[in-house]
Amino acid sequence: MPGPAPDERMRPAGRRNSQGIRIDPEAEATHQPRQAVLSALVKHEPGVLSEVSSLFSRRQFNIESLTVGPTVDHDVARMTIVIEEPDPGVQQAKKQLEKLVPTISVEELEPEATRRELALIKVNGEKPDDVQAVADMYGGQAVDVTTDTVTVELTGSQQKIDAAVEAFQQFDVQEVCRTGTAALERGADTLETDD
Amino acid sequence: MSEGAPVQQEDETEAEEEATGDKPVETGAESVVRALENAGAEYVFGVQGGAIMPVYDALYDSDMNHVTMAHEQGASHAADAYGIVSGEPGVCFATSGPGATNLITGIADANMDSDPMIALTGQVPTNFVGNDAFQETDTVGISQPVTKHSYFADDSDTVGFDVSEAFALAEEGRQGPTLVDLPKDVTQGETDVQPGEPKAPDTYHPPEEADDANVQEAADALAAADRPVILAGGGVIKANASNALRDFAIDYEVPVMTTMPGIGSFPEDHELSLEWAGMHGTGYANMAITNTDCLLAIGTRFDDRLTGGVDSFAPDAEVIHVDIDPAEISKNIHADYPLIGDAKAVLRQLYDAMPAAPDCDEWREQCQTWKAEYPMEYETPDDEPLKPQYVVEKFSEVTPDDTIVTTGVGQHQMWASQFWTYREPRTWVSSHGLGTMGYGVPSAIGAKLAAPDQEVVCFDGDGSFLMTVQGLSVAVRENLDITYVVLNNEAVGMVRQWQDGFYEGRRMASEYPWIPEFDKLAEAFGAQGFRLEDYDDVEETIEAAREYDGPSVIDAIIDPAENVYPMVPSGGDNGLFALNEDHLDQL
Repeated sequence: MPGPAPDERMRPAGRRNSQGIRIDPEAEATHQPRQAVLSALVKHEPGVLSEVSSLFSRRQFNIESLTVGPTVDHDVARMTIVIEEPDPGVQQAKKQLEKLVPTISVEELEPEATRRELALIKVNGEKPDDVQAVADMYGGQAVDVTTDTVTVELTGSQQKIDAAVEAFQQFDVQEVCRTGTAALERGADTLETDD
Repeated sequence: MSEGAPVQQEDETEAEEEATGDKPVETGAESVVRALENAGAEYVFGVQGGAIMPVYDALYDSDMNHVTMAHEQGASHAADAYGIVSGEPGVCFATSGPGATNLITGIADANMDSDPMIALTGQVPTNFVGNDAFQETDTVGISQPVTKHSYFADDSDTVGFDVSEAFALAEEGRQGPTLVDLPKDVTQGETDVQPGEPKAPDTYHPPEEADDANVQEAADALAAADRPVILAGGGVIKANASNALRDFAIDYEVPVMTTMPGIGSFPEDHELSLEWAGMHGTGYANMAITNTDCLLAIGTRFDDRLTGGVDSFAPDAEVIHVDIDPAEISKNIHADYPLIGDAKAVLRQLYDAMPAAPDCDEWREQCQTWKAEYPMEYETPDDEPLKPQYVVEKFSEVTPDDTIVTTGVGQHQMWASQFWTYREPRTWVSSHGLGTMGYGVPSAIGAKLAAPDQEVVCFDGDGSFLMTVQGLSVAVRENLDITYVVLNNEAVGMVRQWQDGFYEGRRMASEYPWIPEFDKLAEAFGAQGFRLEDYDDVEETIEAAREYDGPSVIDAIIDPAENVYPMVPSGGDNGLFALNEDHLDQL
């Protein structure tokens, strides 16, 4: 006896969302993207940055910024990666990063972690005093002044830098260089340096 | 490499010198070869070339067997198959530039299927790197996305250590391919540093047992299930967990299906077996996976060819996911019970934690009903052309249980997986995740050398066979007793099937009316050729090909109209598999 044709077969009532999670068939539950900061200690050796950036690009994780620099241990570098992903994507990005051989440890930082970005903003120098006044408002300082331009150095949260760049628009911003977010957990918590 | 590497070498050098005191190394190349010897490698599949010559020169004095392949792609596929069958990393060599890029397909294939393999590639001397020198490519850059890790050796003193580490990394944890790029000055350079034994990198810690509390929760859920089923993936075979799986499933009477890479982990002729699920899996496996309320999935990455559309995949099931790679947990399908660990260890843990067998007589009966309702059948007319399924079935009937089947990719691959009865792990060797046409000819070479006492049958398609047919020269030279069966429908059949099903029969570039006569081509290579067209000749031809001592090729002219069913269209609902064209039209 041949079994029923496709549309006559027994069917379960449930379904899954696009992230493979079982959901109430009546409800539409999706995870919204959120910003997450991943802090990773990696071996300080050639090719690591390329390996990490290639991982994020080929798995289509949405990177907002990526910074890398040395640590007190010459063999270890720290990467700070800001991504915008739904929760399962954040978890997946963290696990894929952990899987890379040069990776020593990875943590997602708490939302209240200290986050800072440095920006250099070059503006028209016709009104140096006004530029200085705006720089003061954001705790910045002029680091290079010519007859034509003033370059201001600023540090702060991403939002603060955004606001400062906006405020400097009145002086005709000629160039901006931002470092992307550097971040550390508040309090005594540190990343494992050897596992 | 980290600064620590050479220091560690010095520590081990003394002990090493005692063990291999009469064999000091003098060059980087010799330490590369020594590292492979120390790891127990017996075979190297490769092709010579300028930048890799120092390593080949060191191989001259080694007891390892080098199999000269006809093309580097064949070298990587042969090494891959060797790894699947032996469980230990297959080794392949190629020179820089085109040699390395030709290896990439096989490396990517191994990466998708988690097959253990180590590739060593020659590279231009370090002072030329970055200058677009002759036969220079950024091999590390090209290979990094398709390996577990790629190494650039930059020092004659540590190059052997790199190879040792790459070998260990390929084998341990979730297996996969690794690559070491070897600049010519590094391999030619002088060193007396012994490479030591294989040791995985210090940042690599594959898990062993899963958390006990998680295991207990999962076991309780499984024991309480009404419609439990086990999905055994390739990870079961890689972890040598087939016996643990059999003990668990049989003692607790839980029906078992496999993924394609999991074929052989559970005997397909066992009452509890549903064979394999997915796009061309059995109707009964796809009914069971759709209707289960508790899915114990072991060593699988929930590939889309298995799941079909995620929204309709096992929609009522709590998922217990056992995997050695934490990144596979909840990647495609959410795991309600993640069990991170080695498949064998976790299966033993689960076995001990089960409070009772699930009470599911009705469900088992339902599975048997589905087996009766959706048997793997095909039409066997009295007249030719031959049905390909018949050829596969006849082969399966007359060959020993431990016969190894390798395949190319396409319709023939599906028939070989559907109509052969697999009973043992490591007897099914195929290209799953990457779907590499041309995998067949060289994979049979690697499989045969890994298991010289087992019969090896390679089912190939005419399109797939043509892609790597030059490998026959290797099989002839090495006198490998392999039976190649080309299921010849003069088409890239799977593409043609999709064109007929989904592109209104517009057969663009899928028909091959210009193909050679494969029996005669085989003879030209020095293999034994057979042409098979009649039902009456099937058994006799199979016997003659099997009896021939050396490679033989059966050009089996099959019904070009035959298609692969059951079929779940891409992204479709597994429970709505089509058994024929009419069903497809309804979907």
